[in-house]
Amino acid sequence: MRKQRLVTMVAAGAAAVMTLSACGGGGGSSNNNNKGGGNPSATGPNAAIGKVFNPSDKKGGTLRMANAGDWDSLDPGDTYYAYSWNFIRLYGRSLMMFASAPGQDGAKLTPDLAESKGVPSEDLKTWTYKIRKGVKFDDGTPVTSKDVKYGVSRSLDKDTFPNGPTYFNEFLDLQGYTSPYKDSDPNGLGLKAIETPDDQTIVFKLKKPFADFDYFAGMPATMPVPKAKDDGTKYKEHVVSTGPYKFEKVELGKSFTLVRNTNWDQATDPNRKALPDKITMQLNVNADDLDNRLMSGDLDVDVVGSGVQPAAQAKILADPNLKNASDNPLSARLWYTNINGEVAPLDNIECRKAVEYAADRTGYQRAYGGNAGGEIASSLLPPIIPGAEKIDLYPSKDSAGDVDKAKEALTKCGQPNGFETNISYRAERPKEKATAESLQQSLGRVGIKLNIKPYPTGDYAKLYAGKPDFAKSNNLGLMVFGWAADWPNGFGFLKEITDSRNIKAAGNTNFSIKDPKVNDAIDKAMTEKDENARQKAWVDVDRKAMESAYALPGVVAKGLYYRPKNLTNVFITDGFSEYDYLALGVSG
Amino acid sequence: MAGSPEDSRATRPPRPSTVFAYIIRRLIGAVILLFVVSLVTFSIFFLVPRIAGASVEDMASRYVGKTADAETIRQMAEKLGFTDPLLTQYGRFISAIFVGADYSTGPTTVHCPAPCLGYSFITQNPVWPDLVDRMGVTISLAVGAAVIWLLLGISTGVLSALRRGTVFDRAAMGVALAGVSLPIFFTGLLSLTIFSYGLGWAVPGGTYVNFADDPLAWAGALILPWVTLAFLNAAGYARLTRATMLETMNEDFIRTARAKGLNERTVVVKHGLRSVLTPIITIFGLDLGILLGGAVLTESAYSLPGLGAYAINAIVNNDLPKVLGVTLVGATFIIIANLVVDLLYAVVDPRVKYS
Repeated sequence: MRKQRLVTMVAAGAAAVMTLSACGGGGGSSNNNNKGGGNPSATGPNAAIGKVFNPSDKKGGTLRMANAGDWDSLDPGDTYYAYSWNFIRLYGRSLMMFASAPGQDGAKLTPDLAESKGVPSEDLKTWTYKIRKGVKFDDGTPVTSKDVKYGVSRSLDKDTFPNGPTYFNEFLDLQGYTSPYKDSDPNGLGLKAIETPDDQTIVFKLKKPFADFDYFAGMPATMPVPKAKDDGTKYKEHVVSTGPYKFEKVELGKSFTLVRNTNWDQATDPNRKALPDKITMQLNVNADDLDNRLMSGDLDVDVVGSGVQPAAQAKILADPNLKNASDNPLSARLWYTNINGEVAPLDNIECRKAVEYAADRTGYQRAYGGNAGGEIASSLLPPIIPGAEKIDLYPSKDSAGDVDKAKEALTKCGQPNGFETNISYRAERPKEKATAESLQQSLGRVGIKLNIKPYPTGDYAKLYAGKPDFAKSNNLGLMVFGWAADWPNGFGFLKEITDSRNIKAAGNTNFSIKDPKVNDAIDKAMTEKDENARQKAWVDVDRKAMESAYALPGVVAKGLYYRPKNLTNVFITDGFSEYDYLALGVSG
Repeated sequence: MAGSPEDSRATRPPRPSTVFAYIIRRLIGAVILLFVVSLVTFSIFFLVPRIAGASVEDMASRYVGKTADAETIRQMAEKLGFTDPLLTQYGRFISAIFVGADYSTGPTTVHCPAPCLGYSFITQNPVWPDLVDRMGVTISLAVGAAVIWLLLGISTGVLSALRRGTVFDRAAMGVALAGVSLPIFFTGLLSLTIFSYGLGWAVPGGTYVNFADDPLAWAGALILPWVTLAFLNAAGYARLTRATMLETMNEDFIRTARAKGLNERTVVVKHGLRSVLTPIITIFGLDLGILLGGAVLTESAYSLPGLGAYAINAIVNNDLPKVLGVTLVGATFIIIANLVVDLLYAVVDPRVKYS
């Protein structure tokens, strides 16, 4: 009782302050020139989706952030979390970046350290960028193209920096180059795949044509690193900044603090407002406590950006005042189940189609918390990805499954009475367990008997479901999984989970989709020069993957985010499917 | 009751040389025990998976990024030394404790000085400095809570025993039962919600100030975890003290003491309480040792950066060298605490001899 009253008190307080701040919002000296407009007095659920909530240009204050886990690395060459790529723009400048803007505008690339977008050669294998003049490191040294080249070169060394993506390793024409630390060139600039004809020009040479290279140029690995300050794995403790903030203090695994970088010049940077004076980050904070602190006003942002925990979710949805301060956006993340064609009888496409038809997707959605947890998916590409189209090849009334069609497919594949197979999920994820149980029930309607097999989350892709030999020998016919886009475009979402040529001995992201037609469609999409046609080509990859029935789409994820009253300039960016950390300011 | 606390012959302290020899013997035993602990822990992490069928690549795959190919995994396995025979790996781990070890950071090499308890390949840091860094938090938490729970637990237990059956006794034992039953991740979050975010009396979770920087702020930041943790443990001590006290107060030597005309206060404190202390010290040694090894749940409930939270992160991230390091440090604390307890027996109970 007491707890409930307390929560109500806190909520009422929050609501009161919010109303007051909304009243006072118009009289401030700030002039609102945000893209997307946004009405300063607009409150309520989802007020920060597609528009700016509480717009402001007021500088000052401390933005207090926290992370329930640890950062993979603060080193721009060694990080691979969406939140980290969102946050890193505060202290680093890559050649390109996602624009700091609400909704779909936030998923558009804009030049950052580069003056303009990359200029490709006719064959799409050479990409040239000009670097802005006047950009400096936080010690005042000017940034040159050689610092960018050095940054990319060192990120290739996966012995030293294992966390980051491997796109440059795969696409650059490396000619055997592995690391600047094993380079005969004393400056570590021996990599021939990147040329720096002068201090302002950088040229990337690829071994295969690629139309979306600007997305690569937006990865943190293209942030300049001064060779003199590089000490490999230790660099993350004292990253040299090129953004509006630099590190004041880094305590690994505990916390870090960013303060203003006096050598950052607004004149060279059209993308950043840099509102707070200081940004503090606490690491390894108890996740439930973190939510409580957000709601009590003691913290401003949960940096992981996947939404609040179930306990806080229940509280927020039940209380109108709390709900008014929350956002529930769709993300570029799909929860789905792989259908393993290596396991009989799922090697027959009709048996796989039977699974697609029999599955009750409303049960899938319930497993993820109903409407607040996500929208029912009918294909792989999430709707917020530009150009995505609705594809529903296995329709059923109310998405509850079509038992008749499923039985028909079973008859066609020679298993009229159904069959028995295993379904795996990640043991520490209750939602995946609920998914497996829900599928067990709905597939059971047509005689497909599922035995449920949990495996540890940490090793799921490396030792179990993502290891083809293991999956085959353990009869894992269905494997529950999820995927989030590296970038919100067709390539960023689909390439890693649909290209069968990527499948390795272990540690896969594509567990099941093995179809040459899909691969051909991918190749076509990757070399399509026209952006609209390219988006359509990726939709074609999505359709072909669904035709081959190797994946059962479940739910496009939605996170429930709490928006503390203290925050200004708040909006969800489709670039990262979370609040845009570059734009945030504080009013308190 | 030969050898009761009244026996003046036995209250003589043991000869220093005997105690010294005893300590040396125990210390040698402790080193052997730590060696066994290290061997067992090492085997759990490095031998058991191999027996269970994991290849060296499987083991190395935890230390590479999510997009690594087979070649990278193989290279990582070699870099981490997983391809060497297990005995060589164990030998390397042990020798690092005594002479340190070198680890490549890319362009340069980091020396991990003795006692090098391993090197985390995930955070790229030697484990020992991390542990030292976090020990302050855990010691602060453990010692503060221990003081509170000892005072609170023992006094409540004694009072309850002396006023057996009264309202106080029943209420205290009821609260104590609640104390042992409620898990800290519940009481921890509840106390934060009420005292920190609701009433604003305490600091929010995750706050820690070094004692040397500001003793007052240090105590202020820890008071909530102290009290919550102490409440949990005090309950057990109160129940134990009460039971032992009730038993003791019926002993012959208490009757003798009363018959000698000593006042009740002396009887209770000097005679009764003294015999109650033996079982209390026994469990206190264990509890404190475990606590110093890492008050896992308390630290994660309050987001305190101590050994317990460190261990949890290490386990979640599959960071084996860290887990190994924390285990060894935890074992050391428990062994030391037990040694201290055994020595304290002589002070409390004169029947104990070290010859």
